[in-house]
Amino acid sequence: MEVSRKMVNLLGGGGGGGGVGDLNLKETELCLGLPGGGSSEVAETLRATGKRGFSETVDLKLNLQTEESAPLDLKEVPVKNGPKEKNLLSAADSAKDPAKPPAKAQVVGWPPVRSYRKNMMAQKSSKDESPIDQKLSTASAAAFVKVSMDGAPYLRKVDLKMYNSYDQLSDALGKMFSSFTMGNYGAQGMIDFMNESKLMDLLNSSEYVPTYEDKDGDWMLVGDVPWEMFVESCKRLRIMKGSEAIGLAPRAMEKCKSRS
Amino acid sequence: MSEDDEPGRPQPPDPGSKKTRNCAAVHPSPHPDRVLEIVLEHVLQFLTARRDRNAASLVCKSWYRTEALTRSHVFIGNCYSVSPSRVTARFPRVRSVAIKGRPRFADFNLMPLNWGAHFGPWVATMGKAYPWLERVYLKRMSLTDRDLCLLGDSFVGFKELELVCCDGFGTGGLAAIASKCSQLRVLDLSDTEVMNDGVDWISCFPEGETCLESLIFDYVECPINFEALESLVARSPALKKLRLNREVSLGQLYRLMVRAPQLTHLGTGAFGPSEAQGASDQEYDYASAFSACKSLVCLSGFREIVPEYLPAIYPVCANLVSLNLSHANINVEQLKPIICQCRKLQVLWVLDSVCDEGLKAVAAACPDLRELRVFPFDPQEDAEGPVSEVGLQAISEGCPKLESILYFCQRMTNAAVIAMSKNCPDLVVFRLCIMGRHQPDYVTREPMDEGFGAIVMNCKKLTRLATSGLMTDRAFAYIGKYGKLVRTLSVAFAGDSDTGLKYVLEGCHNLQKLEIRDSPFGDAALLSGLHHYYNMRFLWMSSCHLSRQGCREVARALPRLVVELLSYEGNEKMDDGAVDVLYMYRSLDGPRNDTSESVTIL
Repeated sequence: MEVSRKMVNLLGGGGGGGGVGDLNLKETELCLGLPGGGSSEVAETLRATGKRGFSETVDLKLNLQTEESAPLDLKEVPVKNGPKEKNLLSAADSAKDPAKPPAKAQVVGWPPVRSYRKNMMAQKSSKDESPIDQKLSTASAAAFVKVSMDGAPYLRKVDLKMYNSYDQLSDALGKMFSSFTMGNYGAQGMIDFMNESKLMDLLNSSEYVPTYEDKDGDWMLVGDVPWEMFVESCKRLRIMKGSEAIGLAPRAMEKCKSRS
Repeated sequence: MSEDDEPGRPQPPDPGSKKTRNCAAVHPSPHPDRVLEIVLEHVLQFLTARRDRNAASLVCKSWYRTEALTRSHVFIGNCYSVSPSRVTARFPRVRSVAIKGRPRFADFNLMPLNWGAHFGPWVATMGKAYPWLERVYLKRMSLTDRDLCLLGDSFVGFKELELVCCDGFGTGGLAAIASKCSQLRVLDLSDTEVMNDGVDWISCFPEGETCLESLIFDYVECPINFEALESLVARSPALKKLRLNREVSLGQLYRLMVRAPQLTHLGTGAFGPSEAQGASDQEYDYASAFSACKSLVCLSGFREIVPEYLPAIYPVCANLVSLNLSHANINVEQLKPIICQCRKLQVLWVLDSVCDEGLKAVAAACPDLRELRVFPFDPQEDAEGPVSEVGLQAISEGCPKLESILYFCQRMTNAAVIAMSKNCPDLVVFRLCIMGRHQPDYVTREPMDEGFGAIVMNCKKLTRLATSGLMTDRAFAYIGKYGKLVRTLSVAFAGDSDTGLKYVLEGCHNLQKLEIRDSPFGDAALLSGLHHYYNMRFLWMSSCHLSRQGCREVARALPRLVVELLSYEGNEKMDDGAVDVLYMYRSLDGPRNDTSESVTIL
């Protein structure tokens, strides 16, 4: 189909993060189906439309201290074929290796500069423009949003521009609020958007899920849109108990549908 | 700015103000022993350096007691080396306290966020023991709003609060300090993270004239009530140091400067128009505001600089001793007109955006330079490098009085480092960061061993060294052999084998702080330092080749050492014995009880 090939080209051209350049064409054919069906085709559908499924983008474990948990290697998932990776849980099991020091330029804490010196590129590149233009561009230089967590005594603020992926954001959030997570996190740490029953399980539990308020003022589950789109539209973050977030899931899915 | 500086050591007190001797009133003549003690008390008042005081306290019991009674400033280099109650029990008359918490690598996300270093236990204990406490200096500690409230409530005459690289509290805590400490002279929040709870803390200072001498909040990322700030500055006639955060626009800076021409230290905030003002900003005569500040010697800020406004600072350049442009992305053409007027400059911080050419201009213009820091605009390993060995060489030739250097670059040569070691014999601090890991000499492709070797050999006053680039065990042999005065050593991605670390532990007799990451040193090397660890403030080793077994051996051999193993997230259950982070330090009071899950104490 013409449409699907166009979409594939978009992706092949490096649209969105996460290295999705090595797609198998067959797998990216468009087909209609509701999200949450849990099948590999549906996951591919979402990818073909330029959005990644929640399960593939997000490893939003807020407390990473569990037996089975291992950080998901985003780069690997899209490349592997077959149904097994589509279920996020088994992907986590199979990718058991601990967080190895990543490739060049991604080593934690190197070069040794303090965090406020790392933002400079984003801010400074706008300074070459005229003062009037600067007004507009400085507004997008940093994207501080408030982060609240139910039960935590105070709020935090994060600059979304400091992160390049949901993974990094979830790491940072996990570190910020690790002292407030209650109970064991268990084997599940992430929301499998594709699998409705798993999603419902999580939302019925007392695990924490991250949600955000978007430009329209709606509260959404984090992870349904590509990272850049999320940074642009996120106004504030709230980490709430799964059971409270349950009302968001159907709405989030609707929005997803209406966008695609 | 070196590590050795004791923050704000108080001056010896005026002997005329000493408390009266009670002996003459009660007895005809004092007991002979008491005479000696009285004399000693008087004499010891003049000893302020803590090393001198420590030495005096070891002479005999009488000296120990008298020294303890007369010590008014206590410095605690590692907050977990001693408990608060032990400190207050030994030193009952303390007016000023300095406490350091986390190790420096915590600044670079190498440590779990909730590791510790809480101020709470300290303020609780000192609140009862030191009602006359005037000054608190904290570095890399965590405080809560409650701690700050307690501080304000406990110490009636509290004067100076300096928080460097601290976190954990918000604007509510600041409001407590502002409102409760009516004698406050210094509020210094350098590099400290303050959460924005929405409290307007600037408005919480008392009405009427304040005693404020120093208000430093340049890295506090919260909006400020400007009208309240303007009013505060206007009613603080003693204000000498004012460092604004980047929320303060150029126009607002002008309004503050005209109210405080007596300033000696100024942090300019954004140094650009605010978004709200934009094009309709009234064009003040900024240069005249700067000319009015005849005492200005230290200038920083420029957080969102619009370079067209830089010429406004020309009137103060001739008197500047310290200039921090490390947030200003300016090029060499923008730097030159400023720097060539700064003949008296001793401290300069810049971004590498000024390039080697800019550093040449610095070398030509500032013969008196003592400290230089060159920060990377783009701190990534494979970025373009605008500064190189050329800049370093130029600086070494133009600034022979250099004492301290921190230099980030993408390429370097042994020749330039050797040149600096010969041209700048007064170097006390040498920190070179070649951003690409394991990078050799750019020209010869050899390791950087000879360069660092020359530094330790030729710079006889060197106490602090940070290395980078490709280094073999040979480099460490040099450091161990010649670095006899080195107290702080920072190593990353360097060395070949255990031998490297052994050289250092066996040779550097004055080593106090050793931080190592990602280097191939294992248990054998660790065990070669047993003779020295009680003399050190701490040892940090992360992502090296240590095993739990080796660390356990150290813990067994040295019972007064607290041996902490920290694990990175996701690795906690890995029981293959490999150690993520070893952090160990001596302690008089045993292991702490406020650890989080990621910490194991052996």
